[in-house]
Amino acid sequence: MNTSIVDPKNLVYAKPELMNDNQMHYCPGCSHGVVHKLIAEIIDEMGLREKTIAIAPVGCAVFAYDYVDIDWQEAAHGRAPAVATAIKRLCPDKMVFTYQGDGDLAAIGTAETIHAANRGENIAIIFINNGIYGMTGGQMAPTTLSKMKTSTTPNGRDTYENGYPLKITDLLAQLEGVCFATRQSVHTAPAVKKAKRMIAKAFQNSLDGKGTSIVEIVSTCNAGWKMTPAGANDWMVDNMFPVYPIGDLKDI
Amino acid sequence: MKGNEAVAHAAIRLGVDGYFGYPITPQSEILETLMAEAPWKTTGMVVLQAESETASINMVYGGAGCGKAVMTSSSSPGLSLMQEGLSYLAAGSLPCLVINVMRGGPGLGTIQPSQSDYFQTVKGGGHGDYKMVTLAPASVQEMSDFVGLGFELAFKHSTPVMILTDGVIGQMMEKVKLPEFRRRRTEEEIRKQCPWATLGKTPDRKPNIITTLELDAHAMERININLQEKYRKIEESEIRYQEIDCDDMDYLIVAFGSAARISQKAAELAKAEGIKVGIIRPITLWPYPSDIINQYASKVKGILTVEFNAGQMVEDVRLAVNGKVPVEHFGRLGGIIPTPFEVVSALKQKLIK
Repeated sequence: MNTSIVDPKNLVYAKPELMNDNQMHYCPGCSHGVVHKLIAEIIDEMGLREKTIAIAPVGCAVFAYDYVDIDWQEAAHGRAPAVATAIKRLCPDKMVFTYQGDGDLAAIGTAETIHAANRGENIAIIFINNGIYGMTGGQMAPTTLSKMKTSTTPNGRDTYENGYPLKITDLLAQLEGVCFATRQSVHTAPAVKKAKRMIAKAFQNSLDGKGTSIVEIVSTCNAGWKMTPAGANDWMVDNMFPVYPIGDLKDI
Repeated sequence: MKGNEAVAHAAIRLGVDGYFGYPITPQSEILETLMAEAPWKTTGMVVLQAESETASINMVYGGAGCGKAVMTSSSSPGLSLMQEGLSYLAAGSLPCLVINVMRGGPGLGTIQPSQSDYFQTVKGGGHGDYKMVTLAPASVQEMSDFVGLGFELAFKHSTPVMILTDGVIGQMMEKVKLPEFRRRRTEEEIRKQCPWATLGKTPDRKPNIITTLELDAHAMERININLQEKYRKIEESEIRYQEIDCDDMDYLIVAFGSAARISQKAAELAKAEGIKVGIIRPITLWPYPSDIINQYASKVKGILTVEFNAGQMVEDVRLAVNGKVPVEHFGRLGGIIPTPFEVVSALKQKLIK
């Protein structure tokens, strides 16, 4: 029996071709790396290399363009859906997606997010929700859980003072322009496979002109949460999932 | 037609790819005219009413990053909201056209005409060291003409271009000869003209990335030096101005846009009183026609700038003249348009005495 891993028929896993060899700046254990890999795989499998235009956010994924070899635009903080709106309208045959964190999408960019979705722009939004501002050192995000400690809520988020965790995907699902809203995670192998299918569907919706798709990935920020990667996964299941339950919110 | 309407018609005829804007007086006719003309049915031009000026300018960023000919327009408070985006567009060396039909400020101010955004426009209203090519039309004809000129300069130098005008020119009705129809560029043509554009990565090139982020300070300094080199080149090649009756004058008025129109009438009135007045009308506010003003400075007894503001461009005239001759400013504020008679009496009072 030929057991050589060089033999293509024995290959069960490979790095996606679109992922380059640049050293990632993400912390070990962070969900971003997994989602980047999924995006690279999907674009390859769907044959969209020449058709994809992606928009990177401000936040931890600000350097997303350094890792996946497609055309990217780096938007100002929160403005990715406005940037994507113009790109998709001016280039209607392209697949256009934004990749945004919770601060970018649900705080500073709320207006652009809601209005792009309400217009039913034919874009996909990949939304990484880790309940914290990772890049700037762990401050409170709109999605931070009640009583959760961050560097700007050192005694835990007091909802009387700081408001409540913003379930923006639930809000977006209410809008008529949104064709697909789902919440997924990437903390187990089955979850990763499911998330991949959902992202692929969102990309297909952009191509088909069905309206706005949002795929929220409930994510870990073990560095910001000050936990081990495995501990952060457990904490997410116990604490994030009850507030941000996994599953489809809308699929037309 | 109105100056604002001329902008809209010129944009359609010149094959502009997209307009993104938010209503604000006194320039809403641009968006309204475009919506009424519905160019998406004819030329394929995209017209979109955005949710804010912030969104508009970032839509322009997205479109410009694809090498498309895209534009927006607004009035003073809206331009304040756009400053962040303009800084990004300049930093990204992205060609686009932005129109400011100025109204009186500060704050919500008034809807009447003003020229009080001169500093904001030519000194850089956003963050960082950047410049924006700024065209100042003085007629409805120039409102139309500068759409074409603006895009030509934007793509030639890969940089944002501003048309800085005011409520007088935007709302005033004059005869205008619109440009000939020109088809929009194909994707292939754009890929050739703008090899940096994000239109999807083809196998023959590396990914195109539009970004203004560079955390390595040495690399960021290099980016800045390159920008400054581009600006010096623009300063050498793109200065535009109009001289009126400058061959035989004792006093020089420097004024742009509608203030230059009023100053022309004022110069005629002064002439009737035996005072010889010439006018230099800067057409580009950046790059500024400093040299020609400096040359005339030694030939006149004094220079008056006429502006609808508290004295902004006068600083650039003083820098150009460098103390050779007295430079005074006359202006009305908050949306008041001075009469030619006021200009003449200001000239007498401030310079002739």
